[in-house]
This record gives sequence, C-alpha cells and structure tokens, in this order.
Amino acid sequence: MENIISLTINGIDVSVDRGTSILEAAKKINIRIPTLCYHEDLCVAGNCRVCVVEAEGYRTLIASCATPCEQGMKIKTNTPKVRNARRDLIALLVSEHNTQCTTCYRSTNCELQALASEYNIDNDIYMSILKPEHLRIDKSSWSIEKDDSKCVRCQRCVRTCSELQHVNAITVAHKGKDMKISTFMDLPMNEVVCVNCGQCVIHCPTGALTERRYYDDIWNAIGDEKKKVIINTAPSVRVAIGEMLGYGPGASVTGKMVSALKQIGFNMVLDTNYTADLTIIEEGNELLMRLKKALVNKEEVALPMITSCSPGWVKFIEHMYPDKLAHLSTCKSPQQMFGALSKTYLAEKMGIEPENIVSVAAMPCAAKKFEANRPEMKSSGYQDIDAGLTTREIGHMIKQAGVDFKELIDSDFDSLMGDSTGAAVIFGATGGVMEAALRTAYEIITGRDVPFEKLNITPVRGLEGIKEAGILIDNCLPEWNFLEGVELKVAVAHGLKNARIIMEQIEAGTSPYHFIEVMACPGGCIGGGGQPIPTNDDVRKKRIKAIYDEDAGKPIRKSHENPEIKKIYEEFLVDGPLGHMSHKLLHTHYTKRNRY
Amino acid sequence: MSDRLKRVDVILGNYHPEKYKILAGAMERPNKDIIQDLIDSGLKGRGGAGFLTGLKWKFAAQVPSEEKYVICNADEGEPGTFKDREILTKVPRKVLSGMGICAKVIGAKKGYIYLRGEYKFLVAQLNDQIDEFHTYCDKLGLDFRVEIFLGSGAYVCGEETALLNSIEGKRGEPRNKPPFPTNEGLFGKPTVVNNVETLVSAMMVCKIGPDQFKKLGIQDSHGSKLFSVSGDTPRAGIYDLEFGLSLEEFVKEFGDGDTKAVQVGGASGFCVPRKKFSQTTIGYKAGLDGDNLPTGGSMMLFNSSRSMYHVLENYLEFFEEESCGQCTPCRIGCQQLKKGIDAVKRGIRPPEYLDQLLKLTETMKITAKCGLGQSVANSFSSIVENFREEMIY
Repeated sequence: MENIISLTINGIDVSVDRGTSILEAAKKINIRIPTLCYHEDLCVAGNCRVCVVEAEGYRTLIASCATPCEQGMKIKTNTPKVRNARRDLIALLVSEHNTQCTTCYRSTNCELQALASEYNIDNDIYMSILKPEHLRIDKSSWSIEKDDSKCVRCQRCVRTCSELQHVNAITVAHKGKDMKISTFMDLPMNEVVCVNCGQCVIHCPTGALTERRYYDDIWNAIGDEKKKVIINTAPSVRVAIGEMLGYGPGASVTGKMVSALKQIGFNMVLDTNYTADLTIIEEGNELLMRLKKALVNKEEVALPMITSCSPGWVKFIEHMYPDKLAHLSTCKSPQQMFGALSKTYLAEKMGIEPENIVSVAAMPCAAKKFEANRPEMKSSGYQDIDAGLTTREIGHMIKQAGVDFKELIDSDFDSLMGDSTGAAVIFGATGGVMEAALRTAYEIITGRDVPFEKLNITPVRGLEGIKEAGILIDNCLPEWNFLEGVELKVAVAHGLKNARIIMEQIEAGTSPYHFIEVMACPGGCIGGGGQPIPTNDDVRKKRIKAIYDEDAGKPIRKSHENPEIKKIYEEFLVDGPLGHMSHKLLHTHYTKRNRY
Repeated sequence: MSDRLKRVDVILGNYHPEKYKILAGAMERPNKDIIQDLIDSGLKGRGGAGFLTGLKWKFAAQVPSEEKYVICNADEGEPGTFKDREILTKVPRKVLSGMGICAKVIGAKKGYIYLRGEYKFLVAQLNDQIDEFHTYCDKLGLDFRVEIFLGSGAYVCGEETALLNSIEGKRGEPRNKPPFPTNEGLFGKPTVVNNVETLVSAMMVCKIGPDQFKKLGIQDSHGSKLFSVSGDTPRAGIYDLEFGLSLEEFVKEFGDGDTKAVQVGGASGFCVPRKKFSQTTIGYKAGLDGDNLPTGGSMMLFNSSRSMYHVLENYLEFFEEESCGQCTPCRIGCQQLKKGIDAVKRGIRPPEYLDQLLKLTETMKITAKCGLGQSVANSFSSIVENFREEMIY
C-alpha cells in the first residue's frame, strides 16, 4: 500500500502521509477549514459537522476532521454547497445556545461566537430551542461552573476528562433533544469525582464550563481600607498572562505583571516562587528522611514519594487510590505554604493583624480554588488563602482597572516573601519540581552541584508523558554514607492519564522509583486549567521555553541558596525543615474519597 | 392478484427437511465461490441501506485477522417494521445458517444476534436454537459460537456502528466512517453486520443459486423482500413479495379503497401521495423522484381520514427523541423541523417558512454523520412537498 497520498484541495496539489485527515492536509497548504468539536489535544469526534467539505464523487459532504485523505481525492472547501451547509449548521448551534453574549465570561474568546460572526448568522432563521432547565447554572463546586445553556455538545470536555485525565467526572447523558453533558446521576459537580483540574474549561469552546470567579470579592477587599490585600503569583502565570493582554504565547511579562498588580491596588505583590523554594527544602528533606528510614532504620515507609503541589493530582489520588495516600509528600503546595506564612510570619514582621490580611493567590489553576477552601487549610488560625484566582481572572482585573499593560515599567516583587531562585520558576513546567528538588537534594548529600551541564537536568524536561532519570550518588558527605552507590531513580508524569500509569505500577509493586513528580495538567502548570485559552501543544512549548529562559537568567538557581529562605529558617522556622513550626504550618494530611 | 404480488415465500417458506443442510453444503465449497455467487445474485442489504452483501463479505474476508465477527442486526426499530421478529420466530434456523455461512466465508469464530430489547420474549426459544446450531457447527467442523446481545431500546443502535459501540459497552452512537466495520468493526476487528433478512437471503442464494435468485425482482433489485404492511389496510401483516411491484399494484391489493398516501420505508422513508402511485416502483433504485427507495420493508397506508400534519408531527417527535444527539444537523435539525411545522400551523411563522425548513432538510441530508441522520428528514420533505396545504391549514 502506498504511504504517500496525493490529492487536490481547491485545485491545489498536496501530498500527505497515509492517515492524514483532510483538515490537516488543508492546513498544510494554508487553507483554514473552520472547526468546533475538533481540538488538537483530543481524539477526533466529528460531531459538530462544521468542518464539512465537498469531495468529488461523494453523495454527501464529508467531515474533514474525521476523514482521512484518499488517493486522487478532489476536495473543495469553499463552494456554495459547503458554505450554505456550514452556515445552516452554525445557525442551528446558535438556536440551541444561550446567546446572551454580552454578559458571557467567554465573550470575544468564544469559538461559537467567532463562527457566528464569521458567517454572519441571522439569529432569526431558527427559533430558539434553548431549554429552560439548562439555564440553571451548577455553581456547587469551588472551582468549576457548569452552564448547560452555553453547551454546544461538542464533547471536548468529555474527551478531555476521559482521554487526557482518566477521571470521567463528566460524560454524555440521554439522547436526542435531551442529550447533554452531565455527571454521574446528574449529581452536582461538587459531589462527583471531579478533581477540579479545569482541563475541561480550557478545552471548552464556549462559556459552558468556566472557573468559578472570585475577583469581585477581591475588588471589594481592595476597596476596604482596613484590609491589607496581599497577592502571590505562581511561576507559570508570568509567562502566560501576557496572552490576555496583547502579547503572543511565550511572552515573559513578570515585571509588568507586578507593576499592574500594584497599580490596581494590591498592598503587597509577592512571589509564590518564594514558597516554591521553601517546598523544595521541606520536600527534599522529607525525601531524604524517608530514604534514611527505609535504608538505615529498615522501617516501613511509603516509597516512592510523590509530589503534592498539584491540587488536581492530590484530589485524583484521594479518589482513585485512597490506600496510597502515604506516598504523597506531606508538604502543602506553595500556595498553601504561602497562605499560612502570610498570616503568621509576614503578619508578625509587617505588624499587621492577621484578620486584616486578605491573602490572594494568582494561579494557573482551577483546583487551587478548591484547595484554598479545604477545611484543613487553616493552620494560621484563619483561612490561609482567601482566594485563588486564575490567570484569566487576573487578566480580567487588569483590563477592568484600565491599566495600559504594554506601557508599564517593570517592577520587582515586594520583599520578605518575594525573593526566589531559578529552581522555583521551573515549578511552572512539567519536570520543574523534580529538577529543583534534585539540584538541592544532590547538593545536600554530596556537597556538589548536580552532575548536569549548567544545572539543567534535561531528561526531566519536555512534553513526553512520562519522563525518567537516574542519578548515581557517590562521594557522599559522611552523614549520607548510606546512600553511597545508590542510583536515585525518579520519574515525572503530567496529565492524569500518565499519573494513572505511575499509580498502577505502585499498586502492582513494580514501581522502580524513589521520587515521582506528578502534575495534573498536560505540560504542568503552564498548561493549567486556569491559563489563557487557547492552550495547545504549540502554546505549551512556548510557555515552557519562557520558563526555562527565566531560570537561566536568574542569579541564584538553587532553592537552598535563596537568602530569604535562609532568613526564615533563622528567624521563624527555627527548628529547621520538618521541625515543629514547619510541621504545623507547612505540612498537611489527606482525605480518603470515593471512586464514584 | 398480479404476478408480482404473489407471495413467493422465499424467506418464510418451509425449512429444508434436513437440518443445516445448506450450511453443510457451503462448508464443502471454496469461500471465493460463495462470495462470487452472492455478488452475482445481486443481493443487497435488507436493512434499508442496500449495500451489496457479497461485497461486504468479500471485504471482511480479505482482511487478515485472528478475530472476526458476524453480527445479525435484529434491532428492528424502524416504525412500521416487524418482519425480523417474524423471521426469528418462524425460521430462526435460516438466520443461523446464514450466520454460519458468513462465519465460514470470512473466518469468524464469534457471532452476535443484536436483538431489540422489546423482543426479549424471543430469547429463550432462540437460545434453544443456538444450542442446537452449535452442535451442528461442531459436527461440521465450524469453529463458531453465537450469542444474543439484548439492545436497550435506542432506535439508533440499528445503525451498524452504533450497534457495535453498544455491544462494546459504549454509548450507542454511530462512529465515523471510514474505517468501515469490515475493516475495523467490533472491538476493532473485521466485522460483518447483516440484517436478519439479509442473512436468510444469503442462505437462500446458497440454496437456490444466484441465477434462480436473480430471476426474482427487477434490474438492480433482485430477490424477494418481506414487507410489513400496516396502517389503513384491511390486510395488515407480513408479505414475502418480489421486488419491482408498482405502488399502484400494491395499493390496489392492500389499500382500503381510500388510500391517499403510502409511507414507504418507515419514518425515515418517503411518503408517496396518490398521484404518484403509478410512477413509483418498489426496489433499490426505482426512481422515486430520483431518490433511492428505502427498503426496510415498512409500508404504512394512510386514508383520507388521516391528517398528514399529525403523521409528520408523530415522526418528528420520534426522531427528536431517537436521534443519538451527537451531531448537530440531526440533533438540532429534528427539533427545528418539529418546532417549525408547529409554528407554521399556529401562524407564528408564515407558510413560506416551510421552504426554509425544506432547505434545512437538504443540509441534514448532506451533513449528518450517519445514515440515520441523513434520512430522518426524508419524511419531512416528502410530506411537506406533497401535502403542503395540510401543513398550513
């Protein structure tokens, strides 16, 4: 069988590999075919039919996303027949849609709106068949709002939840006119296995799935003179928020972001990276402690140890592997460490009453909202983090405040909890936590830098689903002699589909690793459910590059060398990593949940 | 009764006195000969789509695979069709013989009868037949086992790829084609899905030979066909008739003297008004205004006491529920058609809105994902075109 297929599209010859879809072949010769249910991250559904094209000799039009090219095909993408059909299909979708676009969170960033505008749909052709019961928005979840009146039934969310995340919290229910995207037994979102990762949100073409928004509360707090509103910004926000504010993907706008947040009224703009560095110290020591217990004391400890900074991942393991929670590091995520310290250490140092502090986090994440509201996250005596806002919400706030973002002059983070290292920045990309941890742990054990050029542990970088590395430990410092000759084996997984593979190994007792990093979202936080839309592999790669460029440009690139981190262990966490204070403020416990 | 209206009883006729004789005969013949006979006979799928059965078997036979499947589609759900039930009740052995021959030809070891959920009452007697069939398979050296799979009541699962998904435990939604089931069918393996009656006809080809089979019917439409006759008729029932009869002949025989329309092919078929009876012939390409005449075998007769508006409304109500809902034109199109005729009837939209809706049926026919979605609007377009006044007044 020939493996190169030649065909013509709009009279232009094109040759592609066997199996290539007509849509992809057209893209190759710069012919854009409109789509709606298609998403490059997901398997092909072919159910919206918007991408239909005409093929000579075919009775019907064919869906270009779902039809592989065949030898000698003659495709036309822009005939009257195609245009009329496409316009009709879009008009049908509009007739099923809640078209109150002016009040929609996704207005101007909605794929249906864009199609309707491009094809100049006459809203009056078809009568609205929007069902009144679909107007009830499910706001039960801390993280995600589900508005069926905006749903176009493309099933991108369903495919995301099953294929990318192996969660299956949302699925298709009923048929015909009653067909809708629903949950198990149509339960509210907060009562199902949803892990709040928000991947459905960034794959939704419309406003049917959005993050629950909290920025109005924050505006009110900013307007309240009694309150000190503090924000910490996650590493991946600075390389993505530019996309909301006039930049292309991969623009690193850290300084402008800090300026903007100060300008719109946050009293202090601090860095989640600071607590990312702190996480490395605590988590690195926790790993070494577990290894010591296992190798020296021969105690039963849960190995491999798995990172716990991704709240979507944490809820996933709580639901799916409740008997394996001991494998999770007890470290809180950087957001929650920040919250606890902001209302204790920072409050004390700055002389502010903790009840007057509103601690906000700017996150690439939908699950951070749920995490902030976990009942156990009150170790400061208050709710440690008052609100986790997504990159998108922050972008909206900056726009609402009338800030001319591109014209801003760069500012630095405020101090005390604003210093950070390159090791913290890379938390934003898959493999980053692992790389940061290894830079520190290896040095603790051997007194030397990790044996990688310029500290860049490249085997754990990139978009491969599961990455592995092994580092041979030799010439240990005397205290760590028990690790002499041990090959420290690590793995990195991103996307919960890959996390499941890792967990199945652990369940089977075949996991060869000591330490595993898991991030719920494909690409890590730069691809998080709270990031600007669209997010796809091309965008992910650009954001990742920006992250590593930030790291490379940092004067300090190892967490344990962060001067403010040294300071907090001298002044506040005086009994050191894993000590009493850090146990109280920086570590947590987990909850067994049901699979259904 | 005219010649073509003679009951030919090819399908429902008596069994061969010796059980599984035809299957035994087929076991002795080379596969390619059987396939060639089927192709020569011109046998087309009796479920309605009318694909050449011989070709389907040939495609599945060509694909190398350890695992293959034969599926008997008994999800008889088209409104007004009830012939498969009769076949499975009266001559189940013929169906199993057809499956056995197909299994031998394509190299399948496993078969399913996908039985409409409402036909649950047939399960026990069918299982008895299947048990007996298995003993004959063993005797004949055919490594083949058949199992009944009960559907759950979705009309769309009669569509072959939705049926496959249903057996796999997935939502009964049609798949994208290609790949076709003969290449990647059940569990991704080469699969032949044939209607109950098709399997019997295939067996009949083996029994009487392609030449004899071909003598029945007309050009492009060979053999006989079971018709489920219902509606305003004194002679409702199932008839084994030859292809090629005109609707005029048919109505003369089955009508009540006042027939104003015949719905041919069920709810997804075409409505033929009295004035077109004489020019309409029943067969695969019998030229109903150039359209293929669907051949599931449902013939519903309506007399002048019937409101065609209500007939259409009833069909549309059926389809807006029974569309699987995944693709835009079928899911929303059916709802718009129903809402549309209601709006015209009530004067909310002008009569010309019917023309807009007719354009919509064109879109649905050329953009829907599966054969069902492409045909749901047939009844709409044929009823609205022929009975426009009834839609308005």
